[in-house]
Amino acid sequence: MGTLIEEIFSRKAGKQVQAGEILLLDVDYIMSHDNTTPLAIKAFRDIGKPILDKNKIVIHFDHAYPAPNVLAAENHKKIIEFVKEQELPHLLHQGVCHQVMIEEGYITPGAIVIGADSHSNTYGAMGAFGTGLGSTEIGVAWITGKCWFKVPETIRVELSGQSQPGVYAKDVMIHIAGLLGMDGGTYRSVEFGGEYIDNLPMHERIIFPNMSTEIGAKCGLIAADDVTINYLENETPAKGKGPFERILPVNPRYERVLEVDVSTLVPQVACHPDVDNVKPLTEVQGLDVHEVYIGTCTNARYEDLEIVANMLKGKKVNPLVRVIVTPASDRIYRKALTNGLIDILMDAGCTVTGSGCGACIGRHGGILAPGERALTTMNRNFIGRMGSPLSEIYLASPATAAATALTGKITDPRELLETIS
Amino acid sequence: MGKAWTFGENMNTDEIIPGRYNITIDPLELAKNVFCEVKPEYAKTMQPGDVIVGGQNFGCGSSREHAPIAIKGSQAKCIIAPSFARIFFRNAINIGLPILECPEAVADITEGDDIDVNLATGEIFNRTNGHQYQAQALPDFVLKIADAGGIINFLKTHEIQDLLA
Repeated sequence: MGTLIEEIFSRKAGKQVQAGEILLLDVDYIMSHDNTTPLAIKAFRDIGKPILDKNKIVIHFDHAYPAPNVLAAENHKKIIEFVKEQELPHLLHQGVCHQVMIEEGYITPGAIVIGADSHSNTYGAMGAFGTGLGSTEIGVAWITGKCWFKVPETIRVELSGQSQPGVYAKDVMIHIAGLLGMDGGTYRSVEFGGEYIDNLPMHERIIFPNMSTEIGAKCGLIAADDVTINYLENETPAKGKGPFERILPVNPRYERVLEVDVSTLVPQVACHPDVDNVKPLTEVQGLDVHEVYIGTCTNARYEDLEIVANMLKGKKVNPLVRVIVTPASDRIYRKALTNGLIDILMDAGCTVTGSGCGACIGRHGGILAPGERALTTMNRNFIGRMGSPLSEIYLASPATAAATALTGKITDPRELLETIS
Repeated sequence: MGKAWTFGENMNTDEIIPGRYNITIDPLELAKNVFCEVKPEYAKTMQPGDVIVGGQNFGCGSSREHAPIAIKGSQAKCIIAPSFARIFFRNAINIGLPILECPEAVADITEGDDIDVNLATGEIFNRTNGHQYQAQALPDFVLKIADAGGIINFLKTHEIQDLLA
């Protein structure tokens, strides 16, 4: 018996484990990207032992890809040479690592996946354990196939009610970040559940584990159910690899339970400079913005682009605002092209870029100048993240981003949504 | 015995070592600029064996390892804080930088106090005011990594299973 993380770890350990225990577990996949792989290669070479299982290693080019400068190009070159030398089978450049890991079927319920990227927590949306590590541990895991974990205590976030039109999973998660604070989940597993989560489609569920990183969590988990299995079977190449396990909490003992009724929530904004500086949109509306960025592993899935396209169809964005759309993956980009969303976005005056991490890492694809303010669908608003340390980042839903793109000021999406529905 | 250097809450990895210095992973090079914006005198005057006393959520921010490497390069004996950001916690352990969680010590120690730390037992003794604090002792496997000087050195002579053996 245990919380969801205790049950996932117990299954892997082959014995019942409890919070506080230290485990050495086999990992299913070891993820890294163009930014973090070079240091992992160094650790690997320093240890001087062979790779245990090449199939477990997945390397993505997404952070600074295509290379925006010579340093990034050197990283890519170094990684490609390593992949060639070690004959690694999984080198991908089809979008943001976390989205690609999920949509290409690498992440299945109960899996243990470590990544040299803090948002590896995202895999919890599939009922898997995903967590971010430093590059050294990634190099170690290439050799050992294992990783040590302390079984964490669990905070259960119980979400009830139905959100109002114009209020999305992003708004709910930003609200939770405000309630728990940026270190409210440190060392903890944050387990999201309740009728609100049960009724959410996969693309909305992903936001909760993804942003559990922003509250310091070791992992963010949603138990696998029909939604998860249907997604795996119908949307990913994992079809037929099942049967997939449905691991559930069993008589869990939670350190804390946070209950949130989403039915009265209005759109939320995480304001400069901290993710827990959360306000109802109504308190910050009217603030000028210089850039609207719709992208990242948090909110650039097909359904997000669809919301934005529906709101911008036949309209023009404010010509003085750079409105940049970066689909999370090539697969999403292609579907959006096929279904006419890209035409709508371009007609409205958006700049659509190739898939990847884009402007979120502040090295290319929409860098901010001193004194500028961006409204984005990202998960993180650290000072200087998108460029100048004198710029400001506000986080919100794709619908809020679309409404803001039209006016050039932070704008409530609900009025616009009423007119088009 | 070492001198205490105190730092505030939510000390992030960019405050420990600003991103512009992360062009190297050489510990001694990084140590030259560690805490350069929040406490520039640290890198200039600290002595090997001094102790860092941080606030809660020490090391939050990026997963980059430059921050703990820079502190280790400065030859601080350990970091004492009420809590650490979790990736920093792991990175510190894996590169062989001892870290102790002890809110009582942090609340009581002032900058410049002479501090004795027994890493194996978690005992912290403040020679300046005579107070003793008990941190949670480091698990055996963490001490094994620290004794080896980090996980890389540990694995040169051991198998990963030896950690928990």
